[in-house]
Amino acid sequence: MHELSIVLNIVEIVEKEAFKAGAESVSAIELDIGKLSTIEPAAFEFAWKHGIRDSVLEMSQLKMNYISGRGKCSECDTLFEMNELYDPCPECGSFFSEIMEGKEMNIKSIRIEERLET
Amino acid sequence: MCITCGCGTDSAQIVKKDRHHKHSHGSQNGELHSHDHHHHHDHEAPHGHDHSHSHTQNETRQHNTESRMIHLEKDILHENALLAARNRGYLDAKGILAINLVSSPGSGKTMLLERTLTDLNEELMFSVIEGDQQTTVDADRIEATGTNAVQINTGKGCHLDAHMVMHAIRDLKPAEESVLFIENVGNLVCPSMFDLGENERVVIISVTEGDDKPLKYPDMFLTSESCIINKIDLLPYVPFDCDKLIENAKKINPNLTFFQVSCTTGEGLDSWYDWLRECSSGLKNG
Repeated sequence: MHELSIVLNIVEIVEKEAFKAGAESVSAIELDIGKLSTIEPAAFEFAWKHGIRDSVLEMSQLKMNYISGRGKCSECDTLFEMNELYDPCPECGSFFSEIMEGKEMNIKSIRIEERLET
Repeated sequence: MCITCGCGTDSAQIVKKDRHHKHSHGSQNGELHSHDHHHHHDHEAPHGHDHSHSHTQNETRQHNTESRMIHLEKDILHENALLAARNRGYLDAKGILAINLVSSPGSGKTMLLERTLTDLNEELMFSVIEGDQQTTVDADRIEATGTNAVQINTGKGCHLDAHMVMHAIRDLKPAEESVLFIENVGNLVCPSMFDLGENERVVIISVTEGDDKPLKYPDMFLTSESCIINKIDLLPYVPFDCDKLIENAKKINPNLTFFQVSCTTGEGLDSWYDWLRECSSGLKNG
């Protein structure tokens, strides 16, 4: 259940950013999560609901961008779609490959709400 | 309060042992040091701010607030990565070889340590960080071999992180040019994501677990440098094919080094010990 740790890390980063920006609340957050990143979407959603309670993210709208895996064969340089970490190169069959995309775990952006002076 | 991170009170606990009385076991004699592993560092990565205002969002608040988008592009485990780099730098400067042992519960991590610490006692200096959700049972077992150990109790946490290890290293004060074993919480998924600042990550699998495990839990095999296949003395009694396990693990990580051992009979431990000696002297010399 590392998803809860991940959610708590997100809360911590966002609270710090929101405080720095003088925000009253955070209305939206967008995450880039790689499909090869060990984040299980159902477990993440469950952890999200509990992890954001009483935080600046409590009322925020969550947008998840799931990024497909892409590998580059270390033998023949072929770029290929990687659904599992053990997918071999479709051209030469080698398991020696580099993961180019799909391991992301990033906070892309947040939308903060600021109180107007007037 | 921790000066590095400002942590106060919360879940993970480091149970300090009285190092001058290594053989007095009782889990009650340790001093409890409680701290919050949800830290509040102030390391900032550069990020862009978009100052274009939108008044179309959040209808309920649009009369007294305005929205602003902040583009962060920030790694969620950024803080852990910073602390891991800090641990790595400290250990590197002291010539300490740090090995993170990861596996499912019951694969024999603690017994492997007991054997290793006892057998190489004359040659190498060791210390051990034990990670478990509860109890000091494992640290007590390690201390019975005469090795300094600290126990981290993660409470409900399913893995160690770089912050817990930073505090444990502070308490343990491992000697220069020694070997520091970090026995992670028994879990084949979560610990794979958390760099602790180790030099080597070693995944342990026992023959009672099934040779298809690397395919079921690929991340741990992807992020490890070596794989120990333990309890090979039980091979006659279980349907486990070592070659199949190696083949499956190599599909995920073709660079893995394998050791086939039995901590009960001692079979195969020599090659593990040779590897340890080699890694340790490699670090000292360079």
